Parts: sequence; C-alpha cells; structure tokens
Amino acid sequence: MTDAAALTPPAARPAGVPLSPHLSPRIAARRRGRHRAEMRFRLYGLAALSLCALALIVLLASLVWSGLSAFWQTHLRLEVEISTRHVDPTRPQAGDYGGMLRAALEARFPEVTSRADRRRLHALLSSGAEEDLRRMVTADPSLIGTRQRLWLLAGTDVDMAVKTGLSRVAQQIKEGAGVRLSERQLEWLERLSREGDLALRWNSRFFTAGDSRDPERVGVLGGLVGSLLTLLVCLALALPVGVAAAVYLEEFAPRNRFTALIEVNIANLAAVPSIVFGLLGLAVFLNAFGMPRSAPLVGGAVLALLSLPIIIIAARAALRAVPPSVREAALSLGASRMQVVTHHVLPLAMPGILTGTILALANALGETAPLLMIGMVAFIVDIPRDILSPATVLPVQIYMWASGAERGFVEKTAAGIMVLLAFMLSMNAAAILMRRRVERRW
Amino acid sequence: MRCATPRRALAALVAAGALLMLSLEAHAQARDQIRIVGSSTVFPFTTAVAEQFGRSTPFRTPVVESTGTGGGIRLFCAGIGPQHPDIANASRRMTPAEFDSCQRNGVTEITEIPIGFDGIVVAVRRGGPRFGLTREQMWRALAREVPINGQWVRNPYTHWNQIDPSLPAQAIEIIGPPPTSGTRDSFNELMLSGGCANVPEVRAITDARERQTRCQSIREDGRFIEGGENDNLIVQRLATERHGLIGVFGFSYLDQNTDRLEGKPIDGVEPTYENIQSGRYPVSRSMFIYLKNAHVGVIPGLREFLQEYTSERAMSETGYLQTRGLIVLAPAAREAARAAAASLRPMGRPGT
Repeated sequence: MTDAAALTPPAARPAGVPLSPHLSPRIAARRRGRHRAEMRFRLYGLAALSLCALALIVLLASLVWSGLSAFWQTHLRLEVEISTRHVDPTRPQAGDYGGMLRAALEARFPEVTSRADRRRLHALLSSGAEEDLRRMVTADPSLIGTRQRLWLLAGTDVDMAVKTGLSRVAQQIKEGAGVRLSERQLEWLERLSREGDLALRWNSRFFTAGDSRDPERVGVLGGLVGSLLTLLVCLALALPVGVAAAVYLEEFAPRNRFTALIEVNIANLAAVPSIVFGLLGLAVFLNAFGMPRSAPLVGGAVLALLSLPIIIIAARAALRAVPPSVREAALSLGASRMQVVTHHVLPLAMPGILTGTILALANALGETAPLLMIGMVAFIVDIPRDILSPATVLPVQIYMWASGAERGFVEKTAAGIMVLLAFMLSMNAAAILMRRRVERRW
Repeated sequence: MRCATPRRALAALVAAGALLMLSLEAHAQARDQIRIVGSSTVFPFTTAVAEQFGRSTPFRTPVVESTGTGGGIRLFCAGIGPQHPDIANASRRMTPAEFDSCQRNGVTEITEIPIGFDGIVVAVRRGGPRFGLTREQMWRALAREVPINGQWVRNPYTHWNQIDPSLPAQAIEIIGPPPTSGTRDSFNELMLSGGCANVPEVRAITDARERQTRCQSIREDGRFIEGGENDNLIVQRLATERHGLIGVFGFSYLDQNTDRLEGKPIDGVEPTYENIQSGRYPVSRSMFIYLKNAHVGVIPGLREFLQEYTSERAMSETGYLQTRGLIVLAPAAREAARAAAASLRPMGRPGT
C-alpha cells in the first residue's frame, strides 16, 4: 500500500516528516493510516462502479454482437412472371403464388429436373415470399401479366448460411458435419451470389409483423403493441388509485394502529413475488369476473396491482417532502383541505410521484411471471387491436423466441432485447421530459 | 386544476367502466378464435399449423399457449364454454384421472388425435471420442444410489470407464432438463426407468413406488447439471464447452444443430428420424392433441383446423411439420388420425 500513500493528495509527506511541529509521531502515523484507509475506501467504490459498467458493456456488446445481424435478412432476386396461368385478374387474392415462385426458381435453374432436387430448390425461399407477392399483386392487380425482377425473402437455413459465410459452410460440408443445406443448394446460392442476386437487405418486416414460427418472418410489432396497451391499462388503473391512496394516507388519515397496519402491509406488498399477483389475477379477474384470457386489460390490471405499492410508497415520500409551511400558508389564507391538496401539495409533489410511477412501470414492463397465469404467454400472430384482443408482451415474445429450436431465433432473440431496451429508454426519456415540465421550485 | 371538475371526471369514469363491462359481456358471448393450451413439446408443431391455418383460411389465427401437458389438460377439462380452451396439446396420453375430471366438468366428448413422435436424445459436440451408451449405463451414471455388490451406495462413478471398462476414461458430466420440464418426465420414464429395469437389485424391489424412487432419483453431486427449461441453452453450452459434456434434450433441437452436435446411439440404436419413427430408438414418446367436441360448430374453424393439422401437407414425410423436427406417423396411422379428425369419434376412458 505504499503507492496508495504516495497517491494521497497534498496531505502525503515522506514518512517520518511531521506535518507540524505540534503533531507527535504517533498521531502523524495514525493520520497517515486514516488517509490510506480513505484512499482504499474510494478505490472500493470505484471498483464497484467499474464492475457495474463492465457488466453493462459486456451485456450490450454481446447483444449487439449476436443480434445486429437480425436487422438484415437474406433475399434472393428472381425474375417472376405474374402470369394469368397462376392468378385470375378478377380475384388476385386467390392466386397460386407459391406455384408462381416455384416456376421462377425453376426458370432460373433450368438444369434442375429431378424431383428431390426441385424440392431442395423450392426450399431456398421462405413461405413469407409467397405472402409478400400475394400482398403486392393484390394491392396492384395491374402487375398481372408482367414480368418483375423482385427481391424475395429467403428461408432461414439460407439466411443462416449466408450469415455464417457461404465458404465456411462449404468447408463444414467438406468436413462431414451435418449442415442443413445440401451441397447442391450451396452451389445454387454461390451462383446467385456471384451474379449479385443474393443479398442481405434491411429487415423492415421485423418492425411491422407479429410472431411467426419461421425465424425469417418474425416481427416485434405484436409484442410492442401488446406491451403498450398493457402498460396504458396499468397506468390508467395504478396512477389514480395509487395517488389517491397516498394523498389520503398522508394528508387526511388519522395516525392510529389501523393506518400503521395498512402502511406495513403496503410496504410488504411491494416485496411480494410477482407470480403471486398472477395467481390473484387468475382467480379474480378470469375466474370470478369472467374476463377473457390473454387480454391486455387483464394483464394491465395484474401489473397495476403489482405497481400500486411502489407508486403509493413513492407518492407518499413525495408528499411528505412538501414543506408544511406551504400547507399552513394556504390554510391560513382560508383554503379548504381539498384545495390545499389539489392546488398546492399535489402539484409540488408531482415530479416525485412521476418518478415513482416511471420506476413502477419500467418494472412492470419486464414482467413475465404474472402474465403466465393469465394466458399472455402464448403464440399470437395477429397484432392486438384493442385491450380485449389476445396479446402478448415484449419480454414474453423474447422468451418464446429464446426457446425456439431453429437457429435463426438466436439472433432474433437478441434483436428483440435491443428493441425492448430501446422501448424502455424512450419511455423513460418521455417521462423525464414530462417531469421537467411539471417541476416547480419553492 | 387537476381535480377542478371532480364530478365530471367521476361521471366519465363510470361511463368508461360501464362501456368496458358491456364490451366484456359481448366478448364473453362470442369467441371467433380457436384457443389451444398444453405441452411445450407439441407447441412448435401446433403453432406452425396455427400460423398456416391463419394464413391460408378466412379464419383467425388460433392462440396457442404453452402451459405444459398437465396444466393444459387441467384448463381444457375445466368446462364447456367460450372461456375454456378448445384444444389441448399433450406430449403423453391423457391419464384416466384427467379423463374423469373432464367428465365431471361436463367435458364428456373428447376426440384424441395422435400427431407424431418425439425422441429424447443424448448428444455431444462433434469431434470428440465416439461411443454409444445403453440405458443402463446412463442410469448408472446418473442415479443417486447404485447397487454395488448387492449394497445400495451413493453413486461413486466419476468416469465412464468405471461403469463399463469398454467406455473411455472420460469424466461423467451430463447436462439435462430440470424437473419442471416435460422432457425430464419422459427422460425419467423412458431412459432411467427403462435403464434400471433389468438391474437385478432393482427387480428385487417389490414396492412399485420405491422402485420408481430408486430408478428416477438423480445424483446431486454436480455430475448432473440442470440446464434450464430451454433446450437451446443446453445446445449452446454443448457447442461451446470442451468435449466430454453430454447433453439430454428433444430430438428437434439435435435436428436443427447437426453441424455442431452429434447424437449418441442408445442401446445400439442411432437417434435418427427413421429409428424414432419405427419405434426402434428406445427413448421416444407419442404426442397427441385433444379436441372438445362440444365446441365444434360453436367456435368457428375447429373442424377445418383439425383438417389442416392431419393433412398430408402438414403431417406427412414431406410436410411442413417434419421440417420442424416432428417425427411423423406411419402412413396407416396418419390415415387413422385423419379419420378421427373427420368423424370426431369421442375417445373412451384411457387405459380401459
């Protein structure tokens, strides 16, 4: 620890040289010891902080490392003949778009004739390509009868091979490892790649689609909208109730055994594991009230129960921080108790209440356990339209991708987490802005 | 200003509440979307069918929940009506007790449709020493207590060659599913109970419960690692860690990762698609879906959903479920499943 002593700011002197003639050597030694202790204390704090920062950096780096590629998806460029053979111009919705795409693939690789090889060839494209084409032609039926050069979504095996690197996959095949692409398929891909018809393109689907079983077709919008609806319900229920409870407890309630009991219970509730609230939601909202399963309304109600104690505790602390002189001044000027609260105390306490609410909501955003019981951990393709339609939330969506067997889900999971973090950041930023606006000084 | 007009705010709140109640009422009356609950093993297949069904028919995409087989059947058997699910996924047959509870709650007519098989594989990272295992060796490596010279002692084996000299001198280290997972149930049943069945000391036990405990208790000295509910985590651990670690998980995960992992033969049978389908691979099980007949005609699309599920383009060797790792039924069994889905013939009490 000699260097620590050398680092000590001005107080450090060469050992044995007294600071002032009045200090005995014993006192001077003790003083040096205290300085060293302080130095160590600061270093511990710094070490703790760097550990946290390191953990955060490692987390973010690993997320970006494994998830960034999910924002680009492999596409193949093919010349598709949108012929009347496959689609009836009067009913474009019902056309055989799969057949159209298969014909386009076979036209591109005319040497492929055997049945098995043709199936391998068809497997290059995702089933999403068919749907994209259907949507495109339905939106613009004048395309029927024309030939179009289109970028089409590739299947997940192709996508994974492109992201691993085609040459590396070829190496793996040579080494005899089981690869999900055959040698022929790889040859076709290499040819497409040489001719510039194989590319990674921006994956806008990820932000506009709901869940899917195919990793190349998944999107976060379903989970995002579900999270938003659930949080809105949660906010609408928890904020008024929480603030009302806090105001009553802080401003009106008499101090007696009963209110003390309530206080203890609120503090305890804040520490109850979240799954318990899920069970409560199952018993009360679903079984007793007959609300629909998987609905954001029920999810929001359960999360509101979960966040209420946090909001009440934060709101009470904020109310208590308003100086009594403000209340006394208002009362002395003839304001009623309600006017004191609504005109003076609440506006002054609002920033604190909002901070507590943000924390509670951010907490609720990450919850999955209570939602399991009320059926929000489910495979839902449709984007939820209102608070009664089946929905899931972002963390659940991420959890379900994490358990998918297909390799393509690994990057989608990491990408989903990035979206969740961005959602949380923007939510917090909005709340901070709002708090700035209502903040007042006294 | 916040509560300047408390009366008006209150009126608005009451109105909103009433509106909500009304819409809830309307919601409870009619449900136009199929709801499915149950096994997490069947989940990937049912969701694939649900997605295909939603995209190719005018009906809405069914909502599929992964609750585990037991939890799913409990929800399924809770009663008739739109608030109860229409279909249950199961990675095993419905038990007689579950069937009885269904009957008590008015769910009297249930159609049982087998959809395929699932295998549990024992796999390692590619490139290590290759050796097969028997179920008995697996049990000896994993059991909490093993019989040695007629005495039950705490499992002393640390290396595979202590169990059988023909195995390599490699440390025993196995990562597998936790007790909460359905894969673990099947692993206990098929691998461990199957493995200890022929051990003379186990056969000497007459009490069935004690025998089950002896067979299915897993050692807790760190040689067996619980890998979490998610099979993908086990796969990732296996692929990145040193050789010697052995993983236990569902076949579909091996099927998706054959470039990194290889399955070990069990009792001399490789864990391949064909071997699981033919029943030669010893650690495999059947999967089912159960339909509530009373909901057919009330919830739109149920009949069509079953049709899609049992169609050749879904459950045949070239169907889209097979590409997701389902081990499909033999053609005759598929025909029978299709017939069951068409006739909706209610099942009898299982096991009778």
